[in-house]
Amino acid sequence: MQNFTYEQPSTIDKAVATGGRFIAGGTTLVDLMKLGVEQPPALVDVTALPLDQVEAIDDGPMKGGLRIGAMVRNSDLANHPEVVKSYPVLSQALLSGASPQLRNMATTGGNLLQRTRCAYFRDLTSGACNKRDPGSGCAAMEGHHRTMAILGTSEHCIATHPSDMCVAMTALEAVIHVQGAKGERTIAIGEFYKLPGVTPNIENALESGELITHVELPPAIGTGQVYLKLRDRASYEFALASAAVVARVENGHIRSVRVAMGGVGTRPWRSHPAEAVLTGRLANAANFQAAAEAALKGAKPHQENAFKVELAKRCVTRALKMATA
Amino acid sequence: MADEPKLKPALRDDQHLLELEPLTPKEHSEELTPAGRVSRRTFLSGLGAAGLVVGANPLAMAAAQTSTSAATAAPAALAAVTINGKSYDLAGLEPRVTLLDFLRERIYLTGTKKGCDHGQCGACTVHVNGRRVNSCLTLAVMTAGKEVTTIEGLGQPGNLHTMQAAFIEHDGYQCGYCTSGQIMSAVALLKEPIGPTDEDVKHAMAGNICRCGAYPNIVAAVQQVRGLAAVSS
Repeated sequence: MQNFTYEQPSTIDKAVATGGRFIAGGTTLVDLMKLGVEQPPALVDVTALPLDQVEAIDDGPMKGGLRIGAMVRNSDLANHPEVVKSYPVLSQALLSGASPQLRNMATTGGNLLQRTRCAYFRDLTSGACNKRDPGSGCAAMEGHHRTMAILGTSEHCIATHPSDMCVAMTALEAVIHVQGAKGERTIAIGEFYKLPGVTPNIENALESGELITHVELPPAIGTGQVYLKLRDRASYEFALASAAVVARVENGHIRSVRVAMGGVGTRPWRSHPAEAVLTGRLANAANFQAAAEAALKGAKPHQENAFKVELAKRCVTRALKMATA
Repeated sequence: MADEPKLKPALRDDQHLLELEPLTPKEHSEELTPAGRVSRRTFLSGLGAAGLVVGANPLAMAAAQTSTSAATAAPAALAAVTINGKSYDLAGLEPRVTLLDFLRERIYLTGTKKGCDHGQCGACTVHVNGRRVNSCLTLAVMTAGKEVTTIEGLGQPGNLHTMQAAFIEHDGYQCGYCTSGQIMSAVALLKEPIGPTDEDVKHAMAGNICRCGAYPNIVAAVQQVRGLAAVSS
C-alpha cells in the first residue's frame, strides 16, 4: 500500500477544508488501496464527526421521514427500530449485504460510494479499464463478464453497481445531503448516480471535496416492502439480480409502487416503466409479469450474462408478489 | 513497547470459566517466554527479516521504518489504543499499517490470523469497542482511543472463554487457521439481535470462511453457548 498522510478533523467544516480523501468504514477504500487501484496521498478520517445519529424528521417537506447520519454503521441502521418498522425494505437490503463484520464497519455515506466489484477494475494487471484508467478500454467486454451489468451500460463500461442499500434507498427516494467548499446542497438519489457513457470514471454527482453528511428518507409510500436478492450462494455474496419494491395496495389494486433493481445495472436501477405498468392495476401475476418485461426492456446482455435478463424478470415478479401479498 | 502478557488474565464479568482439561499448557507457555529466550513463535518471526539482516531485532526494525515516515501521526491526545486491557502507543505509526499487521507484526499477538487480507474470509476478526470487525481492513491509527479485544484477550489455556471450550468440545475446527476468527465472531454474535435457529447462526457466522468445512460443529458449539447464556440469564 502506498503511504499517505492521515488526519482526523473534529468538525465538518475542517474536514471539508482539508481537500483530502475521506475515509469512514474503510471496507472499500482500504481494500482498493491494498490492490493499488486507489492511491490517495491524504486520508481524512471522518468517523469522529457528529454524523452518527438516526432521527425522526418533525417538520418540512420530509416530515414524518427519517434523517440518517452518514456515519451510521450498516448494522446499526439495519437494526434501528424505526427502520425495521417503517422501512423494512432498507433493513432487509442492508442485512443481505456483505458480512456481519463488514456491516459493523461500513457506513451509510460510504456505502453510497461503494465501488464496483468488476475484476478488471480491481486488478491492475488484468487489462484495460476505463473506470480505473480512462481511455484504456474495457477488458470485461470480451473477458469474464458473467456478473456484469445489462442495463445502463455503454461501449466503454459494463461494470455493475454492487450495493444493496442503495437499491432500497432508490426505491425509497432518498435525498442525499452534502457539504463542500461552496456550502450545503441536496441531491435526489435518482440524480446522484451517473451512467458510464463515455466517462465511466465519473460515478456520481459529488463535486471534488464534497462530503456526504446525511441522507433523508421521506415517509414510505406503502407498507408492502420487500428486498429480494438472488445470488450464487445464500450469504456473503453480491447480487446477480435483486429487486426492491415498495407498494401500497387497496382493494386488490396497486395505488402506488416503487421498483428498483440491483445486480443488473451500472447504477442502482429505478424502473419507472415497471411502475407505470402497475399503478392503478390489479395486483396479479399477469400485471407483475408485464411490469417485469417493462423493467428489462432495452437490456443489453453479453454472452456470459444473458441469463440475467430472465433472472431479473423473475426476481421483480417474485418481489412484487411478496410485497403485495 | 508492550508489557509481557499475563499468563492467566482475569475474566471479565461477561466471560465464564468452564472446568475443562487444559489444552497442553506446557507447549503453549513456551510462546509466552520473556525476551531473550527463543520460542517457536519468535524464531519464526525473526525468519521473516533474516533475508535482510540476520539476527536483527524485529522491534528495532519496525521502529526504524516508522522514523523515516513523513506521514502525519495520529493526534497525540488519542494516540493510544487499548488492546486486551493494555495501552499501546500509536504515535509515529505509519497510517498504512492495518490493525491486523499491528497486532501480528508489531506487538506479536499472532493469534489473530491473516487469511485473504481483503475482508473476504474473516480469519482476522477482532472486537473493536465490543463489536466484531475485520482487522485487515481497519487502519490501526483509526483505533486510537478505542478498545480492541483479540483471541488472546478472550481466554487462555486453563482459563478458557466458554466459547473456546465449546469449540474444543464440539471439534469446531480441523486445521485451526480460521478458528480464532470464528470464535471472535461467535462471541460477538451473543450480543447481536439474531434469531434462535441453526439457520440464524449460519447467517450470523457467514463472514467467517472455514476451508476444512467444520461448519456443522461450529454451529453446534455456538448453539450450546447460546443455550447456556439463555439458561443463565
